[in-house]
Amino acid sequence: MDSGQLFNLTTVAYFAAMVLFFAYIASKNKTVALVATLASLAGFLIQTAALGLRWYESYQILGADGRAPLTNLYESVVFFAWSILLIYLLMDWKYKQRTIGAFVLPIALFSMLWAQMSLSSTIDPLVPALQSNWLTYHVITCFLGYAGFAVAFGVSIMYLLKIGKEEKHTGDGPMGGVLGMFPATKVLDNLNYTAIMIGFPLLTLGIITGAAWANYAWGTYWSWDPKETWSLIVWFLYAAFIHARFTRGWVGRRAAWLSIFGFAATLFCYLGVNLVLSGLHSYGGA
Amino acid sequence: MTEKTKSYTDRTWDFLCSLKLTIVLLLLLALTSIIGTLIQQNAPAADYIREYGQANYELFKKLQFTDMYSSSWFIGILALFSVNLICCSIKNFPRVWKFFKEPLLVAGPGTFKGSTNTAEFSSKDSKQEVADRVSTLLKKEIGKPRLTEKEGKLYLFAQKGIYSRLGPYITHLSILIVMAGAIIGNIWGYKAYVNIVEGSSIDQVLSRNGTVPIDLGFTVRCDDFDVSYYPNSNRPKDYNSDLVILENGQEMARKRIEVNHPLTYKGITFYQSSYGPAGSAFFKVKATENASGETVEVKAQQGQNVPLPNGYSFAVTNFTENDRNFGPAMQMRIKTPDGKNGAPFVVWQNFPQFDVKRGGVFNFALLGFEQPQFTGLQVAKDPGVNIVWLGCFLMVFGSLSAFFFSHKRVWVCLEEDGKKTKVLLAGNAHRNQPGFSLAFEELQEKVETSVKNEFQKKEG
Ligand code: HEM
Repeated sequence: MDSGQLFNLTTVAYFAAMVLFFAYIASKNKTVALVATLASLAGFLIQTAALGLRWYESYQILGADGRAPLTNLYESVVFFAWSILLIYLLMDWKYKQRTIGAFVLPIALFSMLWAQMSLSSTIDPLVPALQSNWLTYHVITCFLGYAGFAVAFGVSIMYLLKIGKEEKHTGDGPMGGVLGMFPATKVLDNLNYTAIMIGFPLLTLGIITGAAWANYAWGTYWSWDPKETWSLIVWFLYAAFIHARFTRGWVGRRAAWLSIFGFAATLFCYLGVNLVLSGLHSYGGA
Repeated sequence: MTEKTKSYTDRTWDFLCSLKLTIVLLLLLALTSIIGTLIQQNAPAADYIREYGQANYELFKKLQFTDMYSSSWFIGILALFSVNLICCSIKNFPRVWKFFKEPLLVAGPGTFKGSTNTAEFSSKDSKQEVADRVSTLLKKEIGKPRLTEKEGKLYLFAQKGIYSRLGPYITHLSILIVMAGAIIGNIWGYKAYVNIVEGSSIDQVLSRNGTVPIDLGFTVRCDDFDVSYYPNSNRPKDYNSDLVILENGQEMARKRIEVNHPLTYKGITFYQSSYGPAGSAFFKVKATENASGETVEVKAQQGQNVPLPNGYSFAVTNFTENDRNFGPAMQMRIKTPDGKNGAPFVVWQNFPQFDVKRGGVFNFALLGFEQPQFTGLQVAKDPGVNIVWLGCFLMVFGSLSAFFFSHKRVWVCLEEDGKKTKVLLAGNAHRNQPGFSLAFEELQEKVETSVKNEFQKKEG
């Protein structure tokens, strides 16, 4: 079995988990939720094994030049999906809000599908600039940060869906229907903040390790190239979000929108810069 | 002074302290930073004119969009941001400092009644006895409690994680430290580059923005440069230079640098960044005197006259890397001791025996050819960089302690109530309240056990 097949299996597991989460929201059956969570966990474990196997395969193909599977667009998109699951599963373990899976797994699933259907998965040797341990630290921290923001994004969508209905909802009885299954808006607002609290220090570390690496390779820790600048833009947005909590009027709906804008900027930083703008970073031209 | 001016300064102060300003500035920084990622920075004027037209170029120039990250308005936003940060910290810090200086040792009735996490028990034992037991428990669970006696009541106060209150301030300070490091680097450092041909040395480098030579104060020699490729491809795997630092002719340091592995000497760092051919190639030639069988090995550049034994000399007059599929070949000719040029002939690297057959005084073999390279180095001096790293460290440390740790406080009040002792318990945390509530419930049970002295009953 090779890593590609394991990644296929991962995709199937994430798809199953997503469908089961939808089924849970529709059926309100707790067992379905448990199976959905187990399917996500299984997918995550298979993906972990696949990443390990791909790492091993790189040594088989390149000999001593093997490296962690974090160096081209395909590998980064796959790692993005893995990071999202990691953060999601940790938050699920702690907060046990099962419905969130329905809004987070689609992001991971979409990443896996995109990577497998349209990105090149060949294992190529690295150009000298990329042969650095800083690359590994940089990619891991950035992507875990992005994953925190992805979870916050999913939760924010849920918040906006629910708050709209809640405000129109009259009477004292609990809200029925699909939205009734969602966590309370206050809980969602808090989870949004929690996910960003996980993502923000990780992104900070990601920017710092990137700067350290640039300094080590080229002698400048900051050169305002588009990728760096966009990571700073994302950082500014989430810093604004964090401080917005202290000011009345910037929680709830506005916070959810800020989180959504933040994630859009994150995606642009990750993909848009390479596919639309040009710069020093290597994932472009995919 | 009149009241009006005072309220004016007050209003300015409030404005500079306000979190609304922070949010606006952060969003503004995010928004304006985009400009520089859409418009290329520091490109030649002609590039802008070609892409955007003359009129737009003039506009960009006026708005400083072509070098926007050092434009006066962008620096201005950053400066206002720093002022905002400093003012806000000055305003709020005393409130935080109070938790250190004057911890609330004696909680009022409001704390025991009005807050979320409270409990009440009663014990048959005396006030002092209960205080001892609860103290031991608190010491184990939270931290060493402080005891206060007031109006006949005993108060205990224990806390944990007070330093997390400093988290935001450490984070904010770290941002100022990073900025300070960047400013220091900009003023007292430089970015430069230099090309060194293998075997030669330099003591000046060229500034990256301008072409002013900068004296290093020492000499850098490149002894050797190498590129290695991945097997069966022309993707470079590594390139490296053997650098030697010399001061007054004396070797002070030596290192083989490669991409991602620079050399630092006296605060100046040399980074491997590029390479290229320098000058004409060398040929390694072996000449054998046919009569005696004696050989000499020499290095020859194209066109250069190279002496041979007994007054002869030769020159390589032409070279090709592939002569009609026979591989590398050089054309050469011999000069006799009386200064006459012989007829040109060709020597193929892969067929040395051909030239033995030619006859004559010497036969030649081409052992190899070497293209001398120059190594391209980025050179940087940045006395602020360690300050930046210090700031970065504090930033991560500060934000983690701000987000993931909280200041937890627990108060106990012991009051005589007839023959019994009434025990009031309260606690709070400055963040993550749901998490604290769970911890408080656990603590509450333990305090109850301890207050009612159930351990001893069980043991006895
Ligand atoms: C990009 C720059 C900034 C970063 C990374 C940053 C980071 C932080 C962090 C991590 C916290 C703790 C958040 C929490 O407890 O949930 C915080 C709190 C705070 N920040 Fe900032 N901050 C920045 C800029 C500013 C500025 C310019 C101001 C100026 C007004 C400011 C004012 C505050 C205040 C008032 C608090 C709450 C402090 C407290 O709880 O005692 N921040 N900041």
